[in-house]
Amino acid sequence: MSPTSVSMPGLWHGFSAVIRRDILLAWKRPGDVLNPLFFFAMVSTIFPLAVGPSTEQLQFSGPGVVWVAALLATLLSLNSLFLSDFEDGSLDQLVLSPQPLPLLVLGKALAHWLISGLPLVIMSPLIAITFQMPADTINIMMVTLAFGTISLSMLGSIGAALTVGLHRGTALLGLLILPLSMPILIFGARTVSLSAAEDGVAAGIYFLAAYCMLALSLAPFATAAALRISNE
Amino acid sequence: MWNWFHKLASPPHFYRISAKMIPWFAFPGAILIVYGAVSGLFVAPADYQQGDAFRIIYVHVPAAYLSMMAYMIMALSAAIGLIWRIKLAHAVAAAAAPLGAWFTFLALITGSIWGRPMWGTWWEWGDPRLTSELIMLFLYFGYMALRAAIDETVKADKASAVLALVGAVNIPIIHFSVEWWSSLHQGPTLVRAGGPAIETAMLYPLLAMIFGFTLVFGALILGRVRTEVLFRERLKHWVRVIVIPEGAGA
Repeated sequence: MSPTSVSMPGLWHGFSAVIRRDILLAWKRPGDVLNPLFFFAMVSTIFPLAVGPSTEQLQFSGPGVVWVAALLATLLSLNSLFLSDFEDGSLDQLVLSPQPLPLLVLGKALAHWLISGLPLVIMSPLIAITFQMPADTINIMMVTLAFGTISLSMLGSIGAALTVGLHRGTALLGLLILPLSMPILIFGARTVSLSAAEDGVAAGIYFLAAYCMLALSLAPFATAAALRISNE
Repeated sequence: MWNWFHKLASPPHFYRISAKMIPWFAFPGAILIVYGAVSGLFVAPADYQQGDAFRIIYVHVPAAYLSMMAYMIMALSAAIGLIWRIKLAHAVAAAAAPLGAWFTFLALITGSIWGRPMWGTWWEWGDPRLTSELIMLFLYFGYMALRAAIDETVKADKASAVLALVGAVNIPIIHFSVEWWSSLHQGPTLVRAGGPAIETAMLYPLLAMIFGFTLVFGALILGRVRTEVLFRERLKHWVRVIVIPEGAGA
């Protein structure tokens, strides 16, 4: 037992400290949390105004619109995932800390989901009601959004790590992450549509859950590698 | 073998060797393409359903195949560059991306032209393979944009390598999900149980085109890697020796 290993905080300690810190920071700056949510609501409002108010049309396009809005809102919030840490130098501390970096970025990505993804899932029924979605479909939609936004937070953390510190980072992040997130969008939106048509939804939900597990287990390693490259 | 590999990975050696290799790719490739084009466009019988319209297959299939192949080369060399820190591998990845994007674009355009008489539309969202080619094109764009956004070559190499690998993990998932999403395309013709479902008079030109395209692709990528290597090593002595003619001072 060397003295350093005794004094070093454990894995769980480092992991939970990262999550607590990010949630505290978000709590102190509620604008960062609320802006993507307002964006989500507004994008969803634009569509009925553009498409027209007929009930059939709204019911038909609702799942797709909610999912596209959720995807764009998540993308918007991802930009700031590592930005402030990069600017004030705490990213260096994160990279240098004795805990494995993949674990710490998993904490950061999960904190990002708790701050942006979870409120979005909770808010989504409000949007769904305006699209005349039936109650059962709303439940399914929330399940797909929950799995989907976790996956997006994980996938997006790779893009955010790759673009942190670049001047044209914001637009670039979309270009990197949108093509990769197509499977999530396809399965998410189509599963909600299938549910609205009273068709089987198990396949879609299983896929989203599987994708979510894959992203949770692999993405932190890619994010950590990308952070080391961006921050060197 | 390992020694040979290490020697090849040294930029000046590669520069010398590749100059000799390019004709070996380019000429057989050109011959195969000429044979494939002539016999595909004039000798092969017309399709009983699609008439002469099917003949675009001789460009569409090789282009679509190379769009995938280029990504594989890109991701593999990115991995080699990242793991073994071989600079030449990063140069190969950088050279493969624009070529792959062009072949993807060609596959999309020919697919769209083919779709016009077959489906009656220039673009059919219901076709999974056309849709995943489009996503593939976006993946290439993202890769090239990331590379272009980072000024330092070493950093750009590593960051884009991570992106290429993440993309390589995702491509099968994207294909699968787009397939699930909808299907309207004709099924696989060449690779399927019970042998190819195509008449040999149509098949041989197609195989010739596929191999011809691949060889020409090999020549193109070697050429691109050569210029990439020259640019990256522009401050090194051996490049100066090659680029500046003898007796020109300096």
